[in-house]
Amino acid sequence: MDFLQPTSWAEALEMKAADPEAIPIAGGTDVMVEINFDHRRPRSLMDLTRIEEVRGWEREGSRIVIGSGLTYRRVIDEIAGTLPALVMASRTVGSPQIRNRGTIGGNLGAASPAGDTHPALLAGDAVVEIESVRGLRQVGIDDFYLGVKRNCLAPDELIRSIVLDSDAGPAYFAKVGTRNAMVIAVCSFSLGLHPRTGRVRTGIGSAAPTPRRAHAAEEFLFEELTDLWHSRADLDRSLVQEFGRLAAAGASPIDDVRGTAGYRTHSLAVLARRTLGWAWADYQRGANSDRAEDVN
Amino acid sequence: MAGRTATPTKTLGEVSSSGAGIGSSPLRPDGILKVKGQFAYSSDLWMADMLWGGTKRSPHPHARLISVDTVAALKLPGVYAVLTHEDVPGRKRYGLEIIDQPVLAMEYVRYQGEPIALVAADHPETVRRALELITVEYEILDPISDSREAIEGRPGLVHQPQPTEHPDPEASEGHTVPRGNVVRYQKVIKGDPSAVKAAVVVSGSYEVGMQDQAFLGPESGLAVPDDDGGVDLYVATQWLHADLWQVTACLGLPEEKVRFTLAGVGGAFGGREDVSIQIHACMLALRTGRPIKMVYNREESFFGHVHRHPARMEYEHGADADGNLLYVKANIVLDGGAYASSTAAVVGNAATLGVGPYDVPNSEVDCWGVYTNNPPCGAMRGFGAVQAGFAYEAQMDKLAAALGMDPVQLRIRNALHEGSVMPTGQVVDSPVPVEKLLRVLVAEPLPPPGAAVRDVRELPGGVSSTTHGEGVVRGVGYAVGLKNVGFSEGFDDYSTARVRLEVINRTPVASVHTAAAEVGQGLVTLQAQIARTELGVEQVTIRSADTQIGSAGSTSASRQSYVTGGAVQAACAAVRTRVAELALMRLGTEVKVPRMLDGYLLDDAGERLVSIVDLLGEDVIEETLEWRHRKTQALDDRGQGFAHVQYSLAAHRVVVDVDLDLGLVKLVEVITSQDVGHALNPQAVVGQIQGGTVQGIGLALMEEIQISQSKIRNPSFTDYLIPTLLDVPPIKVFMLEEPDPYAPYGLRGVGEAPTISSTPAVVAAIRAATGVMLTRVPVRPQDLLHD
Repeated sequence: MDFLQPTSWAEALEMKAADPEAIPIAGGTDVMVEINFDHRRPRSLMDLTRIEEVRGWEREGSRIVIGSGLTYRRVIDEIAGTLPALVMASRTVGSPQIRNRGTIGGNLGAASPAGDTHPALLAGDAVVEIESVRGLRQVGIDDFYLGVKRNCLAPDELIRSIVLDSDAGPAYFAKVGTRNAMVIAVCSFSLGLHPRTGRVRTGIGSAAPTPRRAHAAEEFLFEELTDLWHSRADLDRSLVQEFGRLAAAGASPIDDVRGTAGYRTHSLAVLARRTLGWAWADYQRGANSDRAEDVN
Repeated sequence: MAGRTATPTKTLGEVSSSGAGIGSSPLRPDGILKVKGQFAYSSDLWMADMLWGGTKRSPHPHARLISVDTVAALKLPGVYAVLTHEDVPGRKRYGLEIIDQPVLAMEYVRYQGEPIALVAADHPETVRRALELITVEYEILDPISDSREAIEGRPGLVHQPQPTEHPDPEASEGHTVPRGNVVRYQKVIKGDPSAVKAAVVVSGSYEVGMQDQAFLGPESGLAVPDDDGGVDLYVATQWLHADLWQVTACLGLPEEKVRFTLAGVGGAFGGREDVSIQIHACMLALRTGRPIKMVYNREESFFGHVHRHPARMEYEHGADADGNLLYVKANIVLDGGAYASSTAAVVGNAATLGVGPYDVPNSEVDCWGVYTNNPPCGAMRGFGAVQAGFAYEAQMDKLAAALGMDPVQLRIRNALHEGSVMPTGQVVDSPVPVEKLLRVLVAEPLPPPGAAVRDVRELPGGVSSTTHGEGVVRGVGYAVGLKNVGFSEGFDDYSTARVRLEVINRTPVASVHTAAAEVGQGLVTLQAQIARTELGVEQVTIRSADTQIGSAGSTSASRQSYVTGGAVQAACAAVRTRVAELALMRLGTEVKVPRMLDGYLLDDAGERLVSIVDLLGEDVIEETLEWRHRKTQALDDRGQGFAHVQYSLAAHRVVVDVDLDLGLVKLVEVITSQDVGHALNPQAVVGQIQGGTVQGIGLALMEEIQISQSKIRNPSFTDYLIPTLLDVPPIKVFMLEEPDPYAPYGLRGVGEAPTISSTPAVVAAIRAATGVMLTRVPVRPQDLLHD
């Protein structure tokens, strides 16, 4: 097995162009497990941990540009309060050890339907910056996921960064698991209010072949909230109920070892109702969404 | 990270303290090493010229073997040996109670993961490639998956012909002979339950899923051939001699040619009672003439050891209008999987302990342990008592509800006590303080209700932020559990200890040698404490456990403090007698009751007679003896007999918050009380109680090997979940110390009882919160939803 160790982003792109089969590895929390269990045997690995350009994050006005090599630990420590849903999702990833190593870019690269950050990125209307020696392109998160563990990257491309708007509005992430840490989602849901566009965006995790939005539920709110954005009045119970129903209907869950399709559908409706209620209450009082202190 | 404090609150009884002798909690020698990651586990063993061993396993739960082709694997560079059943030098099968399990599959495979062939190669990667190159042709057969159908033999027989061979054909009692798919059937009947008319009757069907021991150190060891046709094996196990006897039989070697040494054990919980790599590694070492290291990975480990028997149980309880239990009827079916392992003994436990810690005039428990093509099941902490405990405690709550009685009061009213007659006819002859245990828990104030606005970490779902308090309700549950200590039903349960006393650098030094397996419970520390107390010396050396001394029996059944502790105590007493003889010879002073303290032999008045240093000089005193607890009896066909040497009891109170809409559970508080007889090392006792409690919590809420068509669906720690620190609140422990007059120091085995009562207490609390009649563990979130 070849082990490539580029020290700059430009070098990484060159190497990837020369060896498109090279598997990028950052934290190794996914790739190494697959190798250890012999589920895959890459001919070459490309270590991205020496590339300083993608290991941090920066603020450009209200745009937050997250390097693909930023660890969950740093998201939690440094971006808390700015991107609440992504931070909440990052807190639920694995264990402290995994959060110290795992990266947002790795979550996107693996593109598992159960990846914890995907729903938050969908709800946050993230843009993924993808680059190769051929150039940089920006892909909306809606177009990123193509199938089970498949994304839109060409063989010579690498994920450079993820861009989110920190001024979008209140946002939440919630995940159902059968224990309180180190658990793969039975299902998860994220919701972001985007008052400027009058939109509510959603993200569903672990309940379809890919992370996905609940489009019908979003359209329903787009219609129903038209006047409420301005009045900030309470939401009708029936509206919240219907949103929950539509959100759950947007999933295509299966029965598996972690839960039943029926339970996933049921819980998605609950999570959709609750996250909408919390986000709207925050919007009503202009508050931040994040209710938890830093959690290891 | 959630704060965790051990809170060993002693409420009753006394613990004597004598430096680092019994009753104190000296630092354990492995503690700091383990915390720092420096402890050498069996998987860390290494030799310069060693080869790696690997196991080819069946992907099918039931199939006939048509052919095994090893040619391609043997041709792979770096491969030194590929072995099949034809290469087993001695007996082709092994087993703890019934010799029914092939060392390597012959003719049939009977469970998914059954070993078929072995490889030795120069690198783990080469092993992996070689295993892929072994071609096995199967005729796939339908698995026999349903334990109840298996009893009838309707889907066919798992074993044909029937296995009949036993490890110890000379032993007169307790032999089980499987009939059809039934490994053992045992009835235990007391009085005449069918003739009783009860004012209130409750019945229910209960199920326990297949729990795994989930020890963190996978099966591993190192086999080193000698120049003489023998082999040394360094291995993580629970009983060196049971391994030795099985290995020598299968290798066709005399016992003196095979030497076992205990390597660092990373947890056991029953899962290391059966052999895993032992015979295989030795076969490869003897064949290649090279040291062989074998280590299962996590997935293989799930196929490489037995699990807890899943159970299906029918219970009926009858009581008078005042809540006095009149009768209990139960039938219990335990799925033993493809091979017997310790199924027969597990049946004995479930049958004899099936009524629980209650004094019931009439009872009838019928228990079956059966063969299926499911994963083999055997020993796990609680051993048959766990399954029954979940059912009888659910029944007690159901009965209390039917009577309109407080569930704790119902338990107290029917509590077992010293002098009670067990369903086996055995009279309980030491304290069983059920009532006291419950009263201690009831007296503790309940935790305050949750605040209106809470940190998500205090709520069901935790940082997964599934609720801010919506849908959350609280429930409280109590349970009591009963376990036997030691090997029962007439088993010759003994341990061997050698104690040596000598003077080194003008200091008296004791050394203790046994074959008892330290699996993390703290036995090494305890042996030293006993030697200090008995011999009045400060310096004690505990030698490595190996087979250069006689058997210590198994580190299981909560028995090592009792039996090996008893053996060390007795060997020390023998040493003291020799010291007194020396004093008589050298000083002319007779000491009738020799006592030793602070480096001196005391005279009968308790005064210092002579220092050990002066008395012994160059002499070395060494005594080796076998020590046995009181003899127990085999059960007759009505389940009558003095079957158990000691009973162990624990009680739990659990407070939960449940999110009714999502079915998620948060443990708010767990408190427990347990009679430990005499806490020889209070910190270790508390550790055992907390650990056992957590394992029971795991069974209540998440731990299950899911089986479909006899195949394991979740052989990984990704999907076989065990509780983390964030799932368990600090556990407050109340130790009662009511000495058992028959046991060394009055101690009572502690390791298993908490595992029995914590599961039903958690479920009772969830039932109280939700009103859902939960009849199966683990409880899944979807089980809690009303719609």
